[in-house]
Amino acid sequence: MADNDNNNATIIVMSGDMDKVFAAFIIATGAAAAGMDTTMFFTFWGVKAIQKGNLTGKGLFGRMMGLMNRGGINVIGPSRFNFGGIGRWMFKKMMGDKGVASLEELRQMAIDLDVHLLGCGMSMDVMEISREDLIDEVEDIVGVGTMLNLAANSKVQLFI
Amino acid sequence: MDIQVDKVQDSIGQMCPMPIAFMAKNMRTMETGQVLEIRADDEGAHSDIPAWCEQTGNEFLAEEDCGDYCKYYVKKTV
Repeated sequence: MADNDNNNATIIVMSGDMDKVFAAFIIATGAAAAGMDTTMFFTFWGVKAIQKGNLTGKGLFGRMMGLMNRGGINVIGPSRFNFGGIGRWMFKKMMGDKGVASLEELRQMAIDLDVHLLGCGMSMDVMEISREDLIDEVEDIVGVGTMLNLAANSKVQLFI
Repeated sequence: MDIQVDKVQDSIGQMCPMPIAFMAKNMRTMETGQVLEIRADDEGAHSDIPAWCEQTGNEFLAEEDCGDYCKYYVKKTV
């Protein structure tokens, strides 16, 4: 049964773009700071935000995918104005100059505030990303059932 | 301001959501009844800190404008 008297937040992170992952981690740290039991579920492109950054994949396509998608949270580019990496550099510089925390710092803060990080099993299977390719803080690899159960028991449900 | 402060958090130069995130971290280490002073120059903190108090049930005591930054006083009540 859904618990209507909860104080939980569930954030589904589908995007792997810098700006959207930023939004996800800012909301997650804010929610956790406010005492909400917060879970982030990373699926498809979002999985990159919890990857260590090593090359992944087993078969030809998986390895090609891994090569195209290599690097961890620090190398993801913005959804607009990336211009082959120049945009990423520019955004990082502008944010750094203004004292905005980096994605890695934000992710660490989320971990420190006990945000639960979950990986999507199906996406990882398709893209040939294994548990060992994810950062150690990821709590579990789950599916849509778990995600929906969490979302149904949350006051805040976001899909980014 | 005549408020007995138990801990000071320097969030000057930090931007959203770090002042709130560090506040939550600091509050975990404090006892009920203790007061945290947060120094911040992020504009959002002005409304974020009282909002955080409302959501968590802690008491927002006061804010003080110090020119380049503001001091916010929060009492741990839960």
